[in-house]
Amino acid sequence: MSDHKASRPMPEQITYANILFLGAWTGIALLVVTYFIYLTGILEPHSTIRAVIDSWTHGVHHYQQATDAPSGWGWAALLNTGDYLNFIGLALMALLTIVCYLVLLPGFIRQRDWTYTIICVLEVLVLCLAASGLLGSGGH
Amino acid sequence: MFHFEKARRALLPSLGLLLASPVGALATEGAAQVAGGGKPWWFWPVVLFFFCFVLGIIAVLAGVGGGVLYVPLVSGFFPFHIDFVRGAGLMVALAGALAAGPGLLRRNLASLRLALPVALVASACSIAGAILGLYLSSLDPAIVQVCLGATIVGIAALLLFSKNSAQPVVTKQDAVGLALGMSGTYFDPSLGKEVEWKTHRTLLGIILFIFIGLLAGMFGLGAGWANVPVFNLLMGAPLKVSVATSKFLLSITDTSAAWIYLNRGCVIPLMAVPSIVGLMLGSFVGVRLLSKAKPKLIRYMVICVLFFAGLKALDKGLNIGLLG
Repeated sequence: MSDHKASRPMPEQITYANILFLGAWTGIALLVVTYFIYLTGILEPHSTIRAVIDSWTHGVHHYQQATDAPSGWGWAALLNTGDYLNFIGLALMALLTIVCYLVLLPGFIRQRDWTYTIICVLEVLVLCLAASGLLGSGGH
Repeated sequence: MFHFEKARRALLPSLGLLLASPVGALATEGAAQVAGGGKPWWFWPVVLFFFCFVLGIIAVLAGVGGGVLYVPLVSGFFPFHIDFVRGAGLMVALAGALAAGPGLLRRNLASLRLALPVALVASACSIAGAILGLYLSSLDPAIVQVCLGATIVGIAALLLFSKNSAQPVVTKQDAVGLALGMSGTYFDPSLGKEVEWKTHRTLLGIILFIFIGLLAGMFGLGAGWANVPVFNLLMGAPLKVSVATSKFLLSITDTSAAWIYLNRGCVIPLMAVPSIVGLMLGSFVGVRLLSKAKPKLIRYMVICVLFFAGLKALDKGLNIGLLG
């Protein structure tokens, strides 16, 4: 077992923090920029704002049908539209933790801390499964 | 060395102004003149931005996460369907946790050894919670409203009655905690010394994270209200470590649930983006006001609001109509 009582974090923890910082603020900045592009109509949206507003009082199934919204990673094919361009920032923020966990792995392997190595690998698998769209993405 | 804090301070206010500005909104006025009860289309995003800005201030002053206020209040007082409120709520909680995480990790206040094992359990269960929540919602949204209302009332009661312990006494670490190495040291500036800590009742704590994950995914709530008592009161981690690790943990738990909602199409940028940015800007203002405000009074006010929001969700779900 590693010397986990050291009050200084392992270097990978600092790298994790740095990636999180840059990624989170890049994601938020992207959200603002792409939202501006969306609202100003610089890029034509996939669904009109009226269709979105008329449908957001109903459930997601109705919304998907009314706005022809994709499920799973279908949004990636619509990044040339104003509304789905916003998904770049959202997806970046949702992908950050997976990248950060991969950064932690070498630290735990170097310390021969196999318990936490396995926990990291399992967490990456869980997050990748969630992100894959295989679970609960349904269809329409 | 890149000056992270300077860059953040310079970036945030300008982004907020941009989002709140109706100038951009007017450009697409022709696309949708009037919608949503006779109001111009930009009405709800602008109102949502300012509402979330205030929510962000209050959340910091009351010491609660933004997500736990966002979901019951926005689902109760805005016209959006509960599916989209939960999707946006998760993104709000995720963005807040991602932004807070770096500082907590650098100062070693957020403990990886405490967070990682419970994060695995909570994030896997939050996926199950998200799928279950969306399934129940497809059957009848009232089921989710009732369950949400009951949960929010429970959270308000928990906030009202639970007492934290700054330095819980842990005489002997249990076998699970020992095997996972759930212990550490952090420097406490208020005490001027390094504080050692270790956990007990670790297995029970991990089991409770199954339910915390389920609730977080099901209702799109950040789960700090549950994480902190389990870390602090049950497992015996110091309060500062518990709060910091809880915030960091949200960035992992909410990621898995957020993907389920994203992939299902429950995140609408038109409402999610002003929510995220409004709440983040508000939380930065809240931090600045923290020294001048009376957090205890605000905390009690928030508990009252949560009770009301929970009862309103119950009222809506049960179709009683007492609370409008």
